[in-house]
Amino acid sequence: MFPELNNLLNTTPDQAEQGKLTLLCDAKTDGSFLVHHFLSFYLKANCKVCFVALIQSFSHYNIVGQKLGVSLTTARERGQLVFLEGLKSAVDVFFRPQEDPHPLQFLREANSGNLQPLYEFVQEALKPMDSGEAAWRCPVLLVDDLSVLLSLGVGAVAVLDFVHYCRATVCRERKGNVVALVHDSGDAEDEENDILLNGLGHQSHLILRAEGLATGFCKDVHGQPKGSS
Amino acid sequence: MLELLLALGGLVLLRDSVEWEGRSLLKALIKKSALCGEQVHILGCEVSEEEFREGFDSNINSRLVYHDLFRDPLNWSKTGEALPGGPLEALRALCRRTDPGPVTVALDSLSWLLLHLPCTTLCQILHALSHQDSCHGDSSPGEQVHVLGLLHEELHGPGPLGALSSLAQTEVTLSGVMGQASAHILYRRPQQRPTHQTQWFSILPDFSLELQGGPPLESQPNPDPHTPSTDPTTHLTFNLHLSKKEREAKDSLTLPFQFSSEKQQALLRPGLSQATSHIFYEPDAYDDLDQEDPDDDLDV
Repeated sequence: MFPELNNLLNTTPDQAEQGKLTLLCDAKTDGSFLVHHFLSFYLKANCKVCFVALIQSFSHYNIVGQKLGVSLTTARERGQLVFLEGLKSAVDVFFRPQEDPHPLQFLREANSGNLQPLYEFVQEALKPMDSGEAAWRCPVLLVDDLSVLLSLGVGAVAVLDFVHYCRATVCRERKGNVVALVHDSGDAEDEENDILLNGLGHQSHLILRAEGLATGFCKDVHGQPKGSS
Repeated sequence: MLELLLALGGLVLLRDSVEWEGRSLLKALIKKSALCGEQVHILGCEVSEEEFREGFDSNINSRLVYHDLFRDPLNWSKTGEALPGGPLEALRALCRRTDPGPVTVALDSLSWLLLHLPCTTLCQILHALSHQDSCHGDSSPGEQVHVLGLLHEELHGPGPLGALSSLAQTEVTLSGVMGQASAHILYRRPQQRPTHQTQWFSILPDFSLELQGGPPLESQPNPDPHTPSTDPTTHLTFNLHLSKKEREAKDSLTLPFQFSSEKQQALLRPGLSQATSHIFYEPDAYDDLDQEDPDDDLDV
């Protein structure tokens, strides 16, 4: 995790707030560093994390995580981390019988209906522990990222419904947190993405926006983060 | 301001954005209605019941009936807790409500309903909902139905926004400057021209409204921080200006390819100094040195 971000948000792993939806947004830059930050932050805060990782492989996040002081392999082995590796399991969808539910079931459907299977996967992954097992602080859902679901043919309303249900279950019912990354298409006039971004903006408690510098790329300073709640 | 918004009855449309949220104003209007003795039905799609009731005291909370479409609007959990029939049926049930007395219906939010129901269906239901008093023949003119709808402007195209706008008796668009919220209000009184009003306000933690005079004083646009206050032409290591003598010398200078009268005279008169240049020519063996002028035979 990045200590500077913790200072900016006035928070530490010991004092993490609960019941919040945090929207991560990037425009003209790569906001994935925010995802790595929150992943290591919540693992260090002893939270149970369900990570829906649709963009990179497990080893990528693991390597970055190690630089930030967490081992995803260890976290997964001891049950703290439930990792959905989108790149790998997307292929699995096509090699199993259609009746078996799969979180990425929408990839198989002609007109992708909704993300209910994905929600049920999250619900199952973050369900409260039976007594006798290690007690984690609070459940956390991390999604990297939601814009790719639009590219895969899911409608903006379906993605908003998925986040709505995650918020109702994870944030409200189980007093956990949801963190999701959405790209801002900026001038590209992507209507579906704008509906998704604005719709999530209304639902979020905190919006962290990473913007590229107006003057372009620079070796040391790569952008300016902006936060609003 | 709240009384004026509720005076006309019918549909009050609250248009907000991510930057200027409208739920606080919606709750302020609900509090006002409840304090006037009305029963308030809330169709809650975007926040949970606990979160919505936060900030209201028990007197007001007892007058609020929360129809929960937040927990399981699409019946995914199949536990039977969802409102039967989903959002459409919940709306129609509000229309069929037969309790006597004035009532306020708050829709939180119209945007959620618009994203999940066809626009025409929603408009028809809203029309039926906000004109309920004309259906009940025995209701007194004082018993109006107030329908408060929260709409997130950026989520919809101009078509649905225009359709909902045409149904509204009062339209409030929220914006602001420098942390100070403002409401631009459009009143559509029957048989009168629409009137506009802009009001600066803030909502207190107990959801009462405080009117402000105007935008904060520091809202004057700051002078451009990049305009230099010092003249950049001072303290230079080179000279940008000409002195009088230099200007005279410059003006009197003749350019090399400019044909002036002095030049003409100099060309016509043989130079006073003899030519100091000579040409030394060493003819080759093959050169044909004919001293005759080859142009002699031309009759020029």
